[in-house]
Amino acid sequence: MDSEVQSESRITNKKQKKKMKNEKIRNKLNQEAVEKGAVKESENANAEPESSFPPPFSVSEIKNKQRRHFMFMKYKQEKRKEKLALKKKRKKERDALGDAAPPKPVPKTIENQRIYDETTVDPEDEEVAFDEGTDEFSAYFNKLTNPKVLITTSDRPRGRTVRFCEQLATVIPNAHVYYRRGLALKRVIPQCIARDFTFLMVVNEDRKMPNGLVLCHLPDGPTAHFKVSSVRLRKEMKRRGKDPTEHSPEVILNNFTTRLGHSIGRMFAALFPHDPQFVGRQVATFHNQRDFIFFRFHRYIFKNEKRVGIQELGPRFTLKLRSLQKGTFDSKFGEYEWVHKRHEMDSNRRKFHL
Amino acid sequence: MTGKSQVCSIWVGSETGILKGVSLAKKQAFNFCEMNSLSRDQEVCMLCWGDAQETEVLVGCANGAVKTFSTEKGIFTESRQCGDSAQGKFTGLAVTDSSLVTCVESGLLKIWKEGSTDTVEINAGSSVCRMKQNTSQRHHVATGGKETPLKVWDLERPDTPIFTAKNVRNDWLDLRVPEWIRDLAFIPDSEKIVTCTGHHQVRVYDPASPQRRPVMEAQFGEYPLTALSLPSTPGSVVVGNTQGQMAVLDLRKGLVRGCLKGLAGAVRGLQCHPTLPLVASCGLDRFLRIHSLEDRTLQHKVYLKSRLNCVLLSSRDLEACPPATDAEQEVKEEDGVGDEVWDTMETVTEKAKKRRLEEKANGAGKKTSTKKKKAVKK
Repeated sequence: MDSEVQSESRITNKKQKKKMKNEKIRNKLNQEAVEKGAVKESENANAEPESSFPPPFSVSEIKNKQRRHFMFMKYKQEKRKEKLALKKKRKKERDALGDAAPPKPVPKTIENQRIYDETTVDPEDEEVAFDEGTDEFSAYFNKLTNPKVLITTSDRPRGRTVRFCEQLATVIPNAHVYYRRGLALKRVIPQCIARDFTFLMVVNEDRKMPNGLVLCHLPDGPTAHFKVSSVRLRKEMKRRGKDPTEHSPEVILNNFTTRLGHSIGRMFAALFPHDPQFVGRQVATFHNQRDFIFFRFHRYIFKNEKRVGIQELGPRFTLKLRSLQKGTFDSKFGEYEWVHKRHEMDSNRRKFHL
Repeated sequence: MTGKSQVCSIWVGSETGILKGVSLAKKQAFNFCEMNSLSRDQEVCMLCWGDAQETEVLVGCANGAVKTFSTEKGIFTESRQCGDSAQGKFTGLAVTDSSLVTCVESGLLKIWKEGSTDTVEINAGSSVCRMKQNTSQRHHVATGGKETPLKVWDLERPDTPIFTAKNVRNDWLDLRVPEWIRDLAFIPDSEKIVTCTGHHQVRVYDPASPQRRPVMEAQFGEYPLTALSLPSTPGSVVVGNTQGQMAVLDLRKGLVRGCLKGLAGAVRGLQCHPTLPLVASCGLDRFLRIHSLEDRTLQHKVYLKSRLNCVLLSSRDLEACPPATDAEQEVKEEDGVGDEVWDTMETVTEKAKKRRLEEKANGAGKKTSTKKKKAVKK
């Protein structure tokens, strides 16, 4: 790829030489670019007497549109050439140094430039450990309760949402899908508690697309509200495996580091039974990246000692936390532990909450 | 431990039962409890100063105990059982000249006389959400709660309330307006009381006027208001709600003067500094935040690891406190040494003793008047 590009640039260079004689302005620009790049000394020497760098005009000042466009293209080409040359030079240096070459710089990403969050959980912190050990999920983590999940939707769900619920129920063991029947959640919750459900999951839909998820831990909260996007049902997936079995899957929770992230992670963990059945070789992943939680459901196989194969079973979707409320669902009088406030909180792109 | 507790100027009670002290000058936070004996039923529900010098903090726990924390020694010095968990959590704590006043969720207001076990009981209603003391007239307290109107009690005559508020008129459908007082405060230098409700109203009652209904009503936001506090400058009130929105409201017209930003979760505790234009807020997002009321910017933000229930500010300058306390401490130490010297000395004439005392008093400089008196007595 590199070599091709270089040869192309050489051709353009030759063409430029021819045109240089005719066009003064072009000559100036070309020479300026050459000066920058310092590619060929001979060219430089030719152009030097007329040079005044930086040129007295900018490309945008050229009145003729065709000419301006042409000049701009040329300018871009020169820049690219320059960049390639620099890259080549660096590569040469690296090759020359061999093993002694300095390590490649790590590219800057939004994640690794993340602003330090003071709520990041230190695993040795006594106070946080105590707080987590006595929170609402402690009954599950002490193996006193078994999860039992009720999945329902907003009123009158349409095709995709219904199928989404059905597929969620195959992912989460011991999940029951019920038709909402226009019932108020505040009346559903006491009935759920009476029937020993530990989670209530409500999928909201808008224009036949699932777009919201309320996850309410029973009997005494908390309640999380997520935005749901990029839902891909099983039928829409490529290279999908056979339908999942009824084994309870393993759960992977990635990157839930802050105190809020821990609470959310514990919530997802408490959806699934304690001991995964490894015979099923199924794994549900909640991967947090930039506050988006990606859900994937896979089946894996160990091909040999080193290689492992995975096969996605679906569905896949993305969640984004909107609020975490203390207590069971009560959007009017409930106390919120965390509310996502877009204009206040999203002022910095390198700040994450989970 | 003693040094720690003396630099702290803000005290915060958490849901995990830990009393936390925060020093803004040193930018540090300390936990004052034993980490091995933590339990959720020690949840701190209320905090109040035990004396005027602010050397004692009274901590109301969810299990009905009221613990006394000494800020000088940095330890819990006393614990007394003022009710049990069956009656609900504490909704108010107050100290009058010789007694402790407690109020629980079930509406039982009790006055515990110092030294005697018998108590005076007042039933303030079915579910009381808040009891507050009038800071100028310390034997006046006000109560209010869910479907319980605002009542002002004179603790010297506990039989009937001095003032009982009347519910506002029925609405345009002629339906009863529900009552739910979540927090209240006495407006200093007047008889007025300001309340905030679970239906996002802020109301001002005036017991001095013949009208028992609120004299002013304002609304803020659309979520329940959980806490309020009166700043040092009159004419405004700071309120916070369950979504972490906080605003300064004008008490004359009921308009929003400005919002205090930066909160992520419900406000549980709110207190304005008695003299400076500062407000401290804490809540379910586990942060203690100090906002300036002048430009409404966030001044300090401290992560305290547990959900926080209540906050208590000392009346001294929050940031410039430690040097003053250090000086005091030094003076005290000198005092202690001097006393010992005096105790050991026996054969000195009266005159010499007096002169020395004077010298000492001059030398110590910053001594408080009480200490001088003590020295003179000896």
